[in-house]
Amino acid sequence: MAGLLNELDRPVDRRVLVLRVNGEDHQLLLPVHKTLLEVLREDLGLTGTKHGCELGECGTCTVLVAGEPQLSCLVLPVQLGGREVTTVEGLTAGSELTPLQRAFADLGAAQCGYCTPGMLLSATALLRSNPKPNATEIREALAGNLCRCTGYSKIVEAVELAASGRG
Amino acid sequence: MADLKVVGQPLPKADAAAKVIGAAVYADDIVLPRMLHSKLLRSPHPHARILSVDASAARRIPGVKGVLTGQDLPIRFGILPVSQDERALESEKVRYVGDPVAAVAAVDEETAAAAAEAIRVEYEVLEPVLSIEDALRQPGDERIHASRSLPANLHRLQSYEFGDLAAGWARAAHVREDLFFFQGNTHLPMEQHSAVGQWVDGRLTVWSSTQVVHYVHRALSKVLELPMNKIRVIGAAHGGGFGGKTDPFAHEIVVAKLAMVTGRPVKCTLTREEVFYAHRGRHPVLMWVKTGVDEEGRITAMHFRSALDGGAYGSYGAASVFYTGTLQTVTYDIPAYKFEGCRVFTNKPPCGPKRGHGTPQPRFALELHLEKLAEEIGMDAVELKRRNFMQPFTRAVNWLRVTSCGLEECAEKVLAASGYRTRERRPGRGQGFAISAYMSGAGTAIYWNGMPHSEVQLKLDRTGVTAYCGAMDIGQGSDAVIAQIVAEELGIQAADVRLVTADTDSTPIDLGSYSSRVTFMAGNAALEAARKMRALLDAAVDARAGVPFLEACELAETKWGALSTAGSYTPPRIGGPFKGSGVGPSPAYSYSAAVVDVDADARTGIVRVNKVWIAHDIGRAINPLLVIGQIEGSVYMALGEALMEEQTFRRQLGLHKWPSMLEYKSPTFVDTPEIESFLVETVDPEGPYGAKEAGQGPLLPVIPALNLAVHDALGVWIDETPVTPEKVLKALKDGRVGPKMFPAVPWPEPIIVEPPARDDMRVGAELEAAFPSA
Repeated sequence: MAGLLNELDRPVDRRVLVLRVNGEDHQLLLPVHKTLLEVLREDLGLTGTKHGCELGECGTCTVLVAGEPQLSCLVLPVQLGGREVTTVEGLTAGSELTPLQRAFADLGAAQCGYCTPGMLLSATALLRSNPKPNATEIREALAGNLCRCTGYSKIVEAVELAASGRG
Repeated sequence: MADLKVVGQPLPKADAAAKVIGAAVYADDIVLPRMLHSKLLRSPHPHARILSVDASAARRIPGVKGVLTGQDLPIRFGILPVSQDERALESEKVRYVGDPVAAVAAVDEETAAAAAEAIRVEYEVLEPVLSIEDALRQPGDERIHASRSLPANLHRLQSYEFGDLAAGWARAAHVREDLFFFQGNTHLPMEQHSAVGQWVDGRLTVWSSTQVVHYVHRALSKVLELPMNKIRVIGAAHGGGFGGKTDPFAHEIVVAKLAMVTGRPVKCTLTREEVFYAHRGRHPVLMWVKTGVDEEGRITAMHFRSALDGGAYGSYGAASVFYTGTLQTVTYDIPAYKFEGCRVFTNKPPCGPKRGHGTPQPRFALELHLEKLAEEIGMDAVELKRRNFMQPFTRAVNWLRVTSCGLEECAEKVLAASGYRTRERRPGRGQGFAISAYMSGAGTAIYWNGMPHSEVQLKLDRTGVTAYCGAMDIGQGSDAVIAQIVAEELGIQAADVRLVTADTDSTPIDLGSYSSRVTFMAGNAALEAARKMRALLDAAVDARAGVPFLEACELAETKWGALSTAGSYTPPRIGGPFKGSGVGPSPAYSYSAAVVDVDADARTGIVRVNKVWIAHDIGRAINPLLVIGQIEGSVYMALGEALMEEQTFRRQLGLHKWPSMLEYKSPTFVDTPEIESFLVETVDPEGPYGAKEAGQGPLLPVIPALNLAVHDALGVWIDETPVTPEKVLKALKDGRVGPKMFPAVPWPEPIIVEPPARDDMRVGAELEAAFPSA
């Protein structure tokens, strides 16, 4: 209990960092213990990235770091070393939805939509490394992302549709 | 209705595009200038008196702008008028680990958390009450709610007799009794609860992740002693509820009060651990059931007892007790029925409504019980169940009125598709079959009032049409349903209907998104408003066909100025002439049937679900894409409850065993099987275009069907949830896992209710006129 109070008394180590997010560089002065999730949402206003536990358990806050899915609640910006971060806001170029986003919207893969940004980023990474995944590969690749609304079926169908190129 | 153009289309949700680009604004996404962050200090004890609260150290921390203790929010609230037993911050005693006692607003979350922990609370620890059995005994120290009139820690106690029980038992050729236990579990929405309060010029605005803006509005008005017209509650984009966000919560009141005290906007977002304490989830329920059948397997009488572990506060519990007893009679035709139910207080987070509210537990018990009965008398269980299926347009023994009912068709669909009757019989492989019914909205409001349950207003001018509706789209897609109904009537596309929803300043009353009520009730209100608007539009264009919509709108505005119409829906009186008849009636019931196919490993105890077939009587699917989404989500959530989800506590300490998403197991992509859904359209006479509910009913048959599949595979009985590998192995050793006794409950004399005529379909004043004058 006294722990938190002591934390407040101690001078916080802050660093100036350049964070590259969705193709844009941001110069930031950050406490070193601030998570990428917090920085994205609070310092950069990128609230498309959601959080469900902030303990690395639910996959909701998934973003891409140098193209790889990472849980932004467990990543510190000081660890990034210039690697680019992609959030849900960075998936589209302009106002056109990507085939994956279109498929999620059209097939009902987003109900409450809260897990959707994380799902989209995990699925984007999957389709880059495996453009034609089968249902089992999709389920395994996304197994770290929890969803309470859909029963997952529509998400699998949406990834399949996007991969098929028909979407 | 053969020429429907928009209704029946599998259109994407109204907000689908916003949600896939990260543009939807949820409560925790809201940032206002000068906004402060709030943290609650919660009790570390399950049961204790508060001796003193010293917040002086917290107030001295730089960055702290406001501190609240129980003294600041003394007025009690609660979702039901009979259970005004909660305080936003407790000042006298705490009743569960996690009960809020103080709150802080500070410039950032970290400072607020440190300041909350700097508040010193002195407690006198009391002996906790942690089980149904303990709660029925006289407590060691004191009762959880001292002012209650019932003995021990009993919260509610009910007893009813419908029809001639003695004759029913006398007519029975076989009678069987069984005991079952349904473990508690929680909603686990992906979004943690969050609220933002703002106080400007004597007016309060609260944005919240609630399912019901109207109930938050009422609670804020009561606790803060502000008139309703000084408070605006807005539902932010919603990150999942499943019933868990239908109560008003401490954090919603706290952000409002802190905004009033500090003059700055205040946000509070619960941590995942706190979400487990906010709870209001599935009640653990102990059940005893006794049924008599005649030589043909037709039910002659049934006696059902339930004991609900309610947790620390009332919440919806007074209704939950009834729900464990009331819907048995609309699934099976029961000529004589006795129901005894009780709810107890325990020192655990309060239970409340989770998807299926109070009915998954008895559904589980009844489906297993009838299967056992069939086995005992050597009859095919499906055949026994079918012989007792409720029939369309029948009034049940407890006065519930069944209109459309697609039970036979649902059963046939899943039995045929699964090959249940010709399934492979070998150890380790099994299938289970079960049925269910659920309400399309409760027939009675939770607090007495004469207002409609739903109203929809339409505004039309040269820019087109806007629908104003108080219902909250919690992800199920209710906004799309409203838009499709309005579009159908006006002859336009659903995307051309603008929506303003869940905002108490701009939308008329709606009792919110729970009880599977929105499509039926707000849908009927939208239909009425849209038909009125269509008549005005037709007049504006002098009934000429083919006038483009926006042109017609301009003609209408030119003729009369901006137009508005309103529609409303109030369910008719359906319940019988007895106290307590308000819980259970619904203007229509949905029906479902499911077959679950499993592999159950006798060596490891692991149950793997291969496939689920489910058929749902939706009345009419206004949007089949969204209906299937509700069905698949229900099946998934049911499998979680059936196989792994449980909210349990350490004995003595009353500590939640696993308040985290890692330890509270829920199904992932790889645990969730293929789900094949069938829609049965019975076209209900009172639903909008014949529609009924989809959000809750399909959960119900899946849980018992899973247990029955395990029984089919291994021959053992697991008479409780969830079916864990440990229980499977224990059952293989002992033959059965489940409760062994039902505790002694001081049941009152039953209320004796004369049953109605089976074909009496009357409702409202006509029905009331026929009641015996008591």
